[in-house]
Amino acid sequence: MDALLTPAFGSVVWATVSFLVVLFLLRKMAWGPILQGLKDREEEIEGALNAAKEARAEIQNLQSDNERLLQEARAERDGMLRDARDMSDRMVADAKGLAKEEGERMIAQAKQAIDGERAAAVAELKAEVATLSLEIAEKLVRKELGDDEAQQALIGRMISDSKLN
Amino acid sequence: MHALPNRIERSCLKGLSLGIFLLALGSVQASSEHGDEGDFNPSEFIIHHIADAHEIHLMGGVHIPLPVIVYAPESGAFDIFMSSVFHHGAHHGASGLWYTYDHGVLAAHDHDPSGHSHGTDHGHGEEDHADHGHGEGHHAGGVDIVDLSITKSIFGMLLMMGLVLVLFGSAARGYSKRKGQAPKGLQNALEPLILFLRDEVAVPSIGKKKADRYLPFLLTVFFFIFFSNLLGLIPFIGGFNITGTLGITMVLAGLVFIITTFSGNKHYWGHILWPPGVPLPIKFILVPIEIASIFIKPAVLMIRLTANITAGHIIILSFTSLIFILGNQFGQGVGMGTGVFSALFMIFMYLIEFLVAFLQAYVFTLLAALYFGEATQEAHH
Repeated sequence: MDALLTPAFGSVVWATVSFLVVLFLLRKMAWGPILQGLKDREEEIEGALNAAKEARAEIQNLQSDNERLLQEARAERDGMLRDARDMSDRMVADAKGLAKEEGERMIAQAKQAIDGERAAAVAELKAEVATLSLEIAEKLVRKELGDDEAQQALIGRMISDSKLN
Repeated sequence: MHALPNRIERSCLKGLSLGIFLLALGSVQASSEHGDEGDFNPSEFIIHHIADAHEIHLMGGVHIPLPVIVYAPESGAFDIFMSSVFHHGAHHGASGLWYTYDHGVLAAHDHDPSGHSHGTDHGHGEEDHADHGHGEGHHAGGVDIVDLSITKSIFGMLLMMGLVLVLFGSAARGYSKRKGQAPKGLQNALEPLILFLRDEVAVPSIGKKKADRYLPFLLTVFFFIFFSNLLGLIPFIGGFNITGTLGITMVLAGLVFIITTFSGNKHYWGHILWPPGVPLPIKFILVPIEIASIFIKPAVLMIRLTANITAGHIIILSFTSLIFILGNQFGQGVGMGTGVFSALFMIFMYLIEFLVAFLQAYVFTLLAALYFGEATQEAHH
């Protein structure tokens, strides 16, 4: 029993020396690299997880960016379409107005020309009528006054007329 | 999914049946070995197996001699020789001292202790010698010696330490060789334990910031105890009882004591020497208790570990002794029959001892970590 319950000096010495040596060696050879390796790996995993999270956020950002761009593009397209429609409407309206004006002008011109033509025609007609009537009158007079009797009658009539006056 | 567990189960069963067979064989063989001697002393048998010795006793009569290193301070004599010399009785060392080895007790004398009976005794033929049953120290013509021999426990400890160095050295290479990759092989097997000790023992007890400083010690202590315990469970190699050797556990506990004492901060010593928030009369009771606890804590660590491991060995050896006791009492047939049942009980005990091997290493490490944490704890938040 003595041997069991009395710590032997030799075992204390050997245990102290060898434990300290092993502690030193393990610390250098094993615990250092292992604990460092574990820490490195944990950091790496954490880094990778964070990077994945960031990447996901970035993708989300990109997606929302894309969405925004798409919306902008759509809005722009809508705007451009509207502008184009407006412009074409305006152009059509402008063209219509211009054409109307031109038409009116041309109509007015035509009227004027027609009026002028008519006036000229009327004047010519008047002149023609005057010559015709003169010729008629000449011819009538000549016929009336072809013989003496007629002349006499005429004179007489004229005199009676004038007498009446 | 089903193939692997089945395979493991099968190999476990195979191992188990082999173990039963070997143990039964061992006990039957042992019963025939001791059966003839007639007078069987179980306590002597058990103590012989768990106590430290200067030789390794394998199966049967096979002994592996170990180096004996002795220093006699009075005469300045220094002797190194193998313990196998004691097969021829007392040994006359090179320094002129005579050495005897009787029932695990090494003694030195300044004259030939078997002087009157000049014959050459063979084996341990010194039953009638005067210093039978005594410890070290003075005997008739005895000389004070300092025994620095590589005893069984020390040999086992060195063996285990070599194993630990090789295991963890090669595991550590994995971290530099496959940097940033998943662990593999040995590295993979040891990593969970290391992580467990770091994340479940050291960090919760000491705190994340300070744990790194104590982690190498805690890891070394844990694996020292764990592997020592496991080595002690391997049958037929002499029954190493490393963590059941008081001298070795004393060193472990002593180191815990030294580290705790030296890393104690103002807060720690303040709580011991002048506990705050306690009425003055109580302080006079509390302070001596607290001071005693500084020494009691590591002492308890030492005793718990030694006692648990030794107890496990004693139980297993008791079952073995049962075979001899009954065999002697009722004949060899009964001894052999008992052997079968004893073997079954021993297997059961072995399984429990596996658990204890881990548990005691864990408890020792956890408590050491708690003491370190207590010593380095900052004032309350």
